[in-house]
Amino acid sequence: MATQVTTAPVAAPRVRERRRLTPEGGRINWGLTVVIAIVALIVIVPLYFAIAMALKSPAQTGTGTGFNFPWPIQWGNFRAAWDLTDFPLAFSMSLLVTVIAVVGEILVSAVAAWSIVRNWGHWQFKATFIYLMLALFIPFPVVALPQVKLTAAIGLDNPFGVAILHIMFQLAFNVLLFSAYIRGIPVELEESARIDGCSTWQTFRRVVLPLLTPIAATVGIFAFLQSWNDFMMPQLVTANPKWQTLPVVQYLFQDQFTGNFNVAFASYLMALLPTLVVFLIAQRWVVSGIMRGSIK
Amino acid sequence: MTATALRSQGTAARARRNPLSMVKSIFFPVAPTYLLMVIPAIILFTFFIIYPAVQGAFWSFTNYVGYGSSKFIGLANFKAAFADPTIRDSYGFTLLFAVVACIVTNVVAMALALALNASIRWRTGFRTIFFMPMVLSGLIVSYIFTFIIGTSVPIISAAIHFAPLESDILANQHLAWLGVVFVASWVAVPGAIIIYLAGLVSIPSEVYEAASIDGASGWKKFQTMTFPLLFPFFIINTILTFKGFLNVYDVVVGLTGGGPGTATTSVAQTIFNGFYSGDYAYQMANAVIFFIITLFFALFQLSVIRRRGGSL
Repeated sequence: MATQVTTAPVAAPRVRERRRLTPEGGRINWGLTVVIAIVALIVIVPLYFAIAMALKSPAQTGTGTGFNFPWPIQWGNFRAAWDLTDFPLAFSMSLLVTVIAVVGEILVSAVAAWSIVRNWGHWQFKATFIYLMLALFIPFPVVALPQVKLTAAIGLDNPFGVAILHIMFQLAFNVLLFSAYIRGIPVELEESARIDGCSTWQTFRRVVLPLLTPIAATVGIFAFLQSWNDFMMPQLVTANPKWQTLPVVQYLFQDQFTGNFNVAFASYLMALLPTLVVFLIAQRWVVSGIMRGSIK
Repeated sequence: MTATALRSQGTAARARRNPLSMVKSIFFPVAPTYLLMVIPAIILFTFFIIYPAVQGAFWSFTNYVGYGSSKFIGLANFKAAFADPTIRDSYGFTLLFAVVACIVTNVVAMALALALNASIRWRTGFRTIFFMPMVLSGLIVSYIFTFIIGTSVPIISAAIHFAPLESDILANQHLAWLGVVFVASWVAVPGAIIIYLAGLVSIPSEVYEAASIDGASGWKKFQTMTFPLLFPFFIINTILTFKGFLNVYDVVVGLTGGGPGTATTSVAQTIFNGFYSGDYAYQMANAVIFFIITLFFALFQLSVIRRRGGSL
């Protein structure tokens, strides 16, 4: 925002009507803002619907469109959902799986992608890349049952096994994202670090890793949401029902109490709230990274 | 680059002399740190993904039901799968759905990413709104839309006398797939926007300033600069969304359950149904066919990239 103020007067004489098309600087494009605001309704309306649903009783849901305002608000839905899902336990399990998966995915794939991109001249690394990309095209059902048997055989039929499988499943996607980004980083930066006496690992830690922040945030967000919302993998892998993550517990609960749409939505919203907080923080970080990049 | 190039030339020269260093140059061509960065990941990846995949593929040649013993029956599962109308229909729906949803998602996401990167008011706020659907799982989104499309939209359409939407399109044999396309795209667009935005960052603003000075119009700028520079991200998005849509499962299960009839039964759903109903080996053959088809599309996409002279 600050750059808009500073660059606008300078750019004004040269690019009179076209400057609004530039990504940074220039006047605010109100026409486009209105269009975006209208398009945003496609996102906002269903979200309002979900919140309204969680705050109603079945009688209030009734036969209407579902968009009527929830009044009086049924806070009891949340209490019921909390008790029925044993929320604190399921929440901890989801958190455990998600934290391991996020940290693991960023580290493993950043390191692997950098190594592959910087040794692209060697066929072994090219082959490694293609080998990893193969995973993008393996349908989940092919590996599902053998994986369940494998994790059970080595004692990983628990949240740790789920987290490891998340890391491995997302490896191809994450390496793809990281390598596309790393290719845009000039190799000269790393060469000068090497001339200054940095080892390969030090070059990565001190020079490359800080530059990867925006894409690491992107990968982190994807990892968090994918892991937090995953239903299939924990349901198939985790043997002990007590160690199940939130989406699985919610499904069981929905099965038992079909009909209470409202309590179900209250439980979805409760599972959503922490994600929303993490998401808003991380998203701001990505956007600031995006802005830093564009000003540079 | 120079240091690495010199080192690899050195190893190549030595390789000609001594068989041991020849082996070394094949298996350990670079500094050990680089190898340590990749090899553990490759080993785990092979153990947790590739090995189960090979094992699953092996079972497609048997009469395995998911437990107990089995025996080798050759290509019988494959022959039966090719003749099975249920499986053929599921491919018809899945391919149509994936192509249309992939086009819709990428066009919408690229347009929105450009708009969210332009000089609009409350840009950060709008970005947050458009990213929001990401926090919801496909299953929950489809529960929301089952109600909206099935109940809310018909009531509103009846009130304003808009005939095409007065009945639930999800219950319509011929139109249900459009509902699935809409909801699946709604779920996939935010992820694609983030990738496009990350790509737009990599375009330096000087490029735009130069083009503005040269008097390029908005569309011309998009065609000649923005799109070519976004191309790697466009490829990533196309491959990922297409692959995701081919594997569509939760949106279909939550929205239509594969119905009406089998009109919206996806391939993944067919395979999983076999998983639970004792048709394990048979549906595994279907899964192998599915893998080959998916791979074919991937190779096709990669050849398009090569023709454009790009690389991943």
